[in-house]
Amino acid sequence: MDPQQRTIVRDSLAVGLATGTYGLSFGAVGVSSGLDVAQTCALSLLVFTGASQFAFAGVLAAGGSPFAGALTALLLGSRNTLYGLRLAPLLGYRGSARLGAAHLVIDESTAMSLTRGSRADARIGFLTTGGSIFVLWNLATFLGALAGSTLGDPRSYGLDAAVGAAFLALLWPRLDQPLPRVVALLAAAVAIGAVPFTAAGVPVLVAGGVAVLVGALAVRPSGSRT
Amino acid sequence: MIWAAVVGAGVGCYLLKLAGLSVPDRVLTRPLVARVADLLPVALLAALIAVQVFADDGGSLVLDARAVALAAAVGLLMLRAPFLVVVFGAAGVAAAVRLL
Repeated sequence: MDPQQRTIVRDSLAVGLATGTYGLSFGAVGVSSGLDVAQTCALSLLVFTGASQFAFAGVLAAGGSPFAGALTALLLGSRNTLYGLRLAPLLGYRGSARLGAAHLVIDESTAMSLTRGSRADARIGFLTTGGSIFVLWNLATFLGALAGSTLGDPRSYGLDAAVGAAFLALLWPRLDQPLPRVVALLAAAVAIGAVPFTAAGVPVLVAGGVAVLVGALAVRPSGSRT
Repeated sequence: MIWAAVVGAGVGCYLLKLAGLSVPDRVLTRPLVARVADLLPVALLAALIAVQVFADDGGSLVLDARAVALAAAVGLLMLRAPFLVVVFGAAGVAAAVRLL
């Protein structure tokens, strides 16, 4: 492993730690929404995509049926299809490797791999981020579900701000050209505009439409890498 | 009933992830698809940042310690600080602002 790859591992573990800790909040939210500890843990193991899980628990807590919860979770999970689309040529997984990798396709593992220059680097970012989050997220969910709401809020450590900063650091190098800059600003504006009217996770999906629209309308390719 | 929904959501969400990874290369190399795929990460990252920083759990827009932390992250990036410094610097700023 060369020094650059060691840096990718280190950065990915940092994002994994900041995100995985959030499983504590999900565990607590899960049991307070009427799920038992086993069901809460099963959601983290099987669904393993934060926004969908919180939506499932949120629908239950609001008195909705479990199937309405599952449907909302699926709607939000469609975001991961977009991620997979972008990751497929980059990671180049086939057969059983692809079947295993698919479960790790989430916001953070995507963000930590798609800005890499080579397949090896992208895989390291993807597996380190996705793997560390999977382990920590499930462990934290279990602890959070056991402890309920008696746990401290990860927010008091600023961990919620850490993830936004990590994404910005990943986006930063791509903002040196006009087209990506316009797309980034438009997408952020669209997402912010959608927040008050849609469920968690939907604003990001809607903002993905900005890329589709600009990509379809742009006369020449942006020329940016990957 | 709850178990059926839990397992259903799990299987469905997994298949959605797998579907994206399984799109054949020849579709992705078409110029229009390639152009959109090129801009997609930029749009998704920008939207994720916006939501992470300006939305609260209840689906409202808020300006709080996270916005200050994002501004700090911008400053650190302009100073070419390394990734971990940006991430934990922003977390530290948010935690400090909340203590005030």
